[in-house]
Amino acid sequence: MIRFFATALAFLLVSATAQAAGIDETINTATAPIAELVGKIVFFKIPLFGAQLPLVVLWLVVGAVFFTFYMRFINIRGFRHAIHLVRGDYANPNDAGEVSHFQALATAVSGTVGIGNIGGVAVAVTVGGPGATFWLIVAGFLGMSTKFVECTLGVKYRNENPDGSVSGGPMYYMRKGFADRGMEGFGKFVGTFYAIGIFLGALGIGNMFQSNQAYVQLNHVAGGGLDGLGWLVGLIMAAVVFSVIIGGIKSIARVTEKIVPFMAVFYCVFALIVIFMNGSAIPQAVANIFSGALTGEGVAGGALGALIIGFQRAVFSNEAGIGSASIAHSAVRTNEPVTEGLVSLLEPFIDTIVICTITALVIGTAAVADPNFAGDARGIAMTSAAFEKEISWFPIPLAIAGVLFAFSTMISWSYYGLKGWTYMFGESNGGQTLYKLIFCAFVALGCVVQLGPILDISDAFVFLICVPNILGLYFLAPVVKAELESYLARIESGEIKKYKQA
Amino acid sequence: MSDTYLVAVDGSEGSLRAVEFATERALASKAKLLLAYVIEWSPYSFHTPDELAERHKRREEEISRAQSKVLDPLVAAARDKGCDVEVFVRHGHPSQTLVELADANKATQMFIGRKGDSRIATLLFGSVAGALVQTSPVPVTVVP
Repeated sequence: MIRFFATALAFLLVSATAQAAGIDETINTATAPIAELVGKIVFFKIPLFGAQLPLVVLWLVVGAVFFTFYMRFINIRGFRHAIHLVRGDYANPNDAGEVSHFQALATAVSGTVGIGNIGGVAVAVTVGGPGATFWLIVAGFLGMSTKFVECTLGVKYRNENPDGSVSGGPMYYMRKGFADRGMEGFGKFVGTFYAIGIFLGALGIGNMFQSNQAYVQLNHVAGGGLDGLGWLVGLIMAAVVFSVIIGGIKSIARVTEKIVPFMAVFYCVFALIVIFMNGSAIPQAVANIFSGALTGEGVAGGALGALIIGFQRAVFSNEAGIGSASIAHSAVRTNEPVTEGLVSLLEPFIDTIVICTITALVIGTAAVADPNFAGDARGIAMTSAAFEKEISWFPIPLAIAGVLFAFSTMISWSYYGLKGWTYMFGESNGGQTLYKLIFCAFVALGCVVQLGPILDISDAFVFLICVPNILGLYFLAPVVKAELESYLARIESGEIKKYKQA
Repeated sequence: MSDTYLVAVDGSEGSLRAVEFATERALASKAKLLLAYVIEWSPYSFHTPDELAERHKRREEEISRAQSKVLDPLVAAARDKGCDVEVFVRHGHPSQTLVELADANKATQMFIGRKGDSRIATLLFGSVAGALVQTSPVPVTVVP
């Protein structure tokens, strides 16, 4: 307990001084050139018919298209079976008490459903026009196949620690998978590279971006009353995260994990209400989505520009190709890695196809699209404004939802980052605590500093790890395909039976 | 065919009385005794990634704790009296899991202790004995 207070105090002092010293600007000036350079490399754009196509987005899209065809549209033919798995139809009663498919999915979804679903979509619509929504849905659909491949591999190649816990994810399947193909050195290299990337990503988009956006939304609701109080909000959030990931106060996390799914449902219900209140605008909004997708009217780069923005936002939101969800899914104990992959393909569906589309329709029907809201930080404010037009008090629950989404995303990412950390430095307890302290410090910093360059670096790294991840997926796709065919054949022959009679 | 008696055990006073009572009946009618310990668990609860990763370890711990702290002494005692005993530790919804175990093992009777909770407590938290009486496929003896 004493240690708890000592650390908390140290924390308080550090943040307070940081605030006073205007560390904000110092950090920004120091990191801006690095951010710019990294960003330029990662988001290297090729001009294409007047649009700017970042190579990394192309890389992700090509991967998703390839896996969709290679797995023969697993995103369609596996969908029904995935729902049966989540319902527990195939769960062996003797395994009760282990992590269920439902739990793995729920945890992974709370990691991906976040500010991006509320704010990110607004940004996409502002910059890419309503047509971006169409491409967002297409990208979500294709992303389901990528997710299937990476989560199957996550389970297949995970590590079981001597104490019975598990560690899995892209760093493990890359290392072991490449080693199986006689490329051990390369596997080790990309595994470590991935671990560094996921660690940096966990501090950026999985942490600072979340706490920052939560603060922006709270301040928006308070009518600017929290201006300059970012450090306080940050400290409070850091303290809560601290109590969960270091203090082991699991109940807080459990409460959030319970509330988040309800929040997501609550958000969708109210979004649908707003959409129907704007009923007369629905046909026009839907028509805009389709016509915008094909003509790209008013968007830089036309239809292609809308496509690029839609795809980019979809990846941001559902994380397919980044490999993060594979870390969460690898905790499931199953004899059939394919089942976990099948369940995971529901994630982009829920996250992108359902929730993001609903947000896009709210914005579309409320017709609040306004170029002034450009920039991630203003995205959530724009969605908030769209709701406010119909339901004046809605920004308040939206702010609460935003904070909770941010919180659950931070908890999930703290774990992803931790797995990157333990992959590099081993599973020692001291090291893990150090990582967690760093993580908490960044929660507080997220509310204080101007995000610009730091976020850019983190962003760049998250996209950068897609490169080795998808490369690994190409190499290991035949393994997944063989597993899938064998599994489906055994379902067909009745060797794998339902336990529960529906 | 001899009878099989299933006894719900959770380590509480009531469940100990139920075991004692069932042991006597089993000895008298040469029935086989099944002791079932159900750890409450729902596959639809929500967890953090950390908890998921540790779940397997926790599950093993829960099972071995139930086994060593509660079941082992009971089994030893019943065997000393000359009873044929088998034990089960399962995770799941308590009454539902007990019913499934009774079905799977062709139990002919069930025994369960009651806690004697107040009406308010029962209303809030439910009662396994009550639920079992309502759903069991075989006669249930509730031991006070």
